[in-house]
Amino acid sequence: MAQRPQLLKKCLEAQPVFQKRCRAMATSASNADVTTGSIKQLQGDLRSGARSAVEVAKEYLERVAKTEPSVRSFLHVAEESALEQAAAIDRAIEGGKALGPLAGVPIGVKDNICTKGLPSTGGSRILENFTPPYDATAIARLKAAGAVIIGKMNCDEFGMGSSTENSGYHITANPWDLTRVPGGSSGGSAAGVAAGQVMASLGSDTGGSIRQPASFCGVVGLKPTYGLVSRYGLMAYASSLDCIGPLANSVEDAAIVLGAMAGHDEADSTSEKQKVPDYTANLRPASELDSRPLAGVRLGLISETMGEGVDPGVVTAIQAAAAHYEQLGAVVEEVSLPSFRQGLPAYYVLAPSEASSNLSRYDGVRYGLRVEGDELTSMYGKTRDQGFGAEVKRRILMGTYALSAGYYDAFYKRAQQVRTLIQRDFQSVLSKYDALLSPTVPTTAYQIGEKTEDPLSMYVGDIMTVNVNLAGLPALVVPCGLDQGLPVGLQLVGPAFGEAELLRLGHVFEQTNSTWRNADLPELVVAR
Amino acid sequence: MKLPGMHAQGVRRGQALKAVAEGLTAQDASAGLEEKYEAVIGIETHVQLNTATKAFCRCRSQYGAEPNTNVCPVCMGLPGALPVLNARVLESAVKLGLALHCTIAPRSKFDRKQYFYPDLPKGYQISQFDIPVAQSGWVEVDLPVEFGGGRRRFGVTRAHLEEDAGKSVHGGGGRLSGSGFSQVDLNRAGVPLIEIVSDPDMRTGLEAAEYGAEIQRIVRYLGISNGNMAEGSMRCDVNVSVRPRGRERFGTKVEIKNMNSFSAMQRAIDFEIARQSALLEAGKDGEIVLETRLWEEGAQRTISMRVKEGLADYRYFPEPDLPEIELTADYLEDVRASLPELPDEKRRRYAAAGLSMQDVLVLANNSDVAAYFERVLGAGADIKAAANWMMGDITKYCKAEKILITDVAMAPETLAELIALIGDGTISGKIGKEILPDLLKEGGGAKQLVEKKGLLQISDDSAVEALVDEVLAAHPKELELFRGGKKKLQGFFTGQVMKKSGGRVNPALMQKVLAAKLNGQ
Repeated sequence: MAQRPQLLKKCLEAQPVFQKRCRAMATSASNADVTTGSIKQLQGDLRSGARSAVEVAKEYLERVAKTEPSVRSFLHVAEESALEQAAAIDRAIEGGKALGPLAGVPIGVKDNICTKGLPSTGGSRILENFTPPYDATAIARLKAAGAVIIGKMNCDEFGMGSSTENSGYHITANPWDLTRVPGGSSGGSAAGVAAGQVMASLGSDTGGSIRQPASFCGVVGLKPTYGLVSRYGLMAYASSLDCIGPLANSVEDAAIVLGAMAGHDEADSTSEKQKVPDYTANLRPASELDSRPLAGVRLGLISETMGEGVDPGVVTAIQAAAAHYEQLGAVVEEVSLPSFRQGLPAYYVLAPSEASSNLSRYDGVRYGLRVEGDELTSMYGKTRDQGFGAEVKRRILMGTYALSAGYYDAFYKRAQQVRTLIQRDFQSVLSKYDALLSPTVPTTAYQIGEKTEDPLSMYVGDIMTVNVNLAGLPALVVPCGLDQGLPVGLQLVGPAFGEAELLRLGHVFEQTNSTWRNADLPELVVAR
Repeated sequence: MKLPGMHAQGVRRGQALKAVAEGLTAQDASAGLEEKYEAVIGIETHVQLNTATKAFCRCRSQYGAEPNTNVCPVCMGLPGALPVLNARVLESAVKLGLALHCTIAPRSKFDRKQYFYPDLPKGYQISQFDIPVAQSGWVEVDLPVEFGGGRRRFGVTRAHLEEDAGKSVHGGGGRLSGSGFSQVDLNRAGVPLIEIVSDPDMRTGLEAAEYGAEIQRIVRYLGISNGNMAEGSMRCDVNVSVRPRGRERFGTKVEIKNMNSFSAMQRAIDFEIARQSALLEAGKDGEIVLETRLWEEGAQRTISMRVKEGLADYRYFPEPDLPEIELTADYLEDVRASLPELPDEKRRRYAAAGLSMQDVLVLANNSDVAAYFERVLGAGADIKAAANWMMGDITKYCKAEKILITDVAMAPETLAELIALIGDGTISGKIGKEILPDLLKEGGGAKQLVEKKGLLQISDDSAVEALVDEVLAAHPKELELFRGGKKKLQGFFTGQVMKKSGGRVNPALMQKVLAAKLNGQ
């Protein structure tokens, strides 16, 4: 913790003069600094020969080099392998071969997802020199679809945290305000997309770790239904809740990335055998939409998420979003989830319980950090003491306690019962509504260091996201406005395997929401 | 053929008692203690399954490979790796559960048993805690005739699936203490095991050993494990407590490990019973503590390894990486239909066919012997005749040659052929015995050998008459004595005719002809 003021100072020094710039979400690819544009546009450019995959990769790597000193969203930039992958795409284009849906797309990968030959630390010092000999299934599928892996994104250690301040390596800044956190635990993945360092990224979401940083950084984030994307190769935090999902500049990009990695995987026994639809099939551009494109759609606004403890600016933005949906033809009604407030405590029993078990493998015996000791237990103790950060230790202790003989029924078992209750509540409400609306987080991005001394205050920030994980449902976060210059994300929760409809609802919103199109992103590159 | 020689070890019980008496107390420990005290014995048996691959990954499950060659991210516990249940493993567990007359849970699950050890890659073992695949069953055994025989039923509390850990190798010999380093071989990590927990139903070392041997036979009959104790594919941990007869409450139980044969198990238990009985008798109840003791084969005694201080907390919780196991009624029926005849069923069948229990135990209890015997029967041989050959000459031959039934060259069908040749009078039983060693050693057909050696039985009336005439002509003195009333000499003539024929004459026919001729017809 002693290093924090220094880091903060560094971040502040790196903070540029704010230059107002029109953030063109999916229109311009001409700006030399801010590399934007959609995946589909990029595919068009590559096919027409307007740009090569290597040129695109270089553009992004340059952008990374310029912005990284201030944002610090990466733990590892994979320049060499990225250029090799891009060159392979170019050869495929030259050879007239069929291109995958992500051909040449520069992607960032959260560091808790295993990438063959690239360091994968999960943001933990205990895996400082660990390079996995295998790709996570999601990575293997992205690569097969032609993706170019730009690097590994910073995160809270093993996904435990909501600000990326629990990374064992460094703090990442929010591109909207470098003194603020990007959220977490997929903070690097969200900041990387917001800062234009990557076109899309992978995050993981156990209690909100994709959605909360997406909200803080003003990008699209999707937590898929549990079991839709294989967990094989994702460093387990809480196995029954963990999901890999995409973060992107637009709903369409997120849909394309999701489609490339979703689907059954034999290596993950909890992966579902559902057939994967084309998630882009129902995404129509604004020009093709009529005046009431969502007529017949029923949306429930979760009343428990709009009251006390939620920033007024956030409430205003969500109300505006709800009103916008009504204008689009949808019926929006307030709904109540009686079990809503019980989710957070249940989550903070279940997730640490599983974590205490999942993190047992980091023992210094086979890989990663080993601190020698006089005998076995002291080696274990020293290795885990030096390798794990404070938050990880806290959760291991909480989980170990909750699973101990004599406490199991009072904690773990009871939390599982709450989980069932929450699932039932969602089920009953989702039988009446196509999707549920809520804020993603009660606040916008807070200051770096603001909540690190009070873990509970940070846990409370997860109140709107954890229930979705407990119920295993999909949820999409779409930027819906600004509160005092900081992004607010709208969360849409759908029924299990209802991703296609969620994406359609998010896409229509995004295509028609003019307030967001004019949002301002500060210029990140230090003035030359 | 290696006969179950283990029972001969039972007599050592007295020696164990004596050792205890000498070592622990001055009094005569053996006098009356067995009448006064009763042991309660429960057994946990770990059976390593012989599936081609491990329980939760595709690595080969192979004994004796180079260290750390059959490993992958899953069984090494690498970050992000996930288990996938091997369907064969589940099938083996269901088979065993059914063979043990257990109730098979239509829905069961896996749990994590958590502890730190270098050879446990994930820091937890995937096991089953509160809902095992199988529970509430039993096995029935027939005790050896030489120990009074009798039939016993022992309850099976449960049988559950789990994965094995790796193997720790300590530098400078097998022991942890004093070694400068330790190495871990993860080839065994993730190899499937079934743990079978018995009810505390056994009362003697013999009963415990018989229970263990029956489990071994069952897994071998089912073909789900080689059940080899020396290799560690089958391991038995035994809990022993002693209480005064008539008391209901159990005494303090002691766990015994490190027995690599059933005979060792029997001796270890009997030693432990004697040790605890002597302590109780001496009023030293407090010296019987909750502990794990090791059986020392060399010294024939148990020694304390570690005292259990409270119960270990393994923090079991449901394994979130594996879905619940659901077994449909159809699946269970399919597995049930695929079960072979089990050892106890075989014993009942042999006994019902009229074999003595002694024969039944030998013929049914060793799966190789039983398989051989079944083929003899399958080729049409009479069960009693076949049993006599198996129990008599064939056993004798194997013992003398120090070989197993699987090593003999004679096909089981040849034994059936031999029995048939004797039965239809083609050869005599004596000739049969004579040619058996050749068949056992060289193989080949029985009739073929008989013909080759010119040993066909002489059953032709005129040929037998000619033989008898020749013998009578050659021994006029004896013939005169016989006709003078010395009827005992008929045996002499019989021997002479048999000798002259080279043993080939049909004995019944010869007796008839001889009697007629002797009596002057």
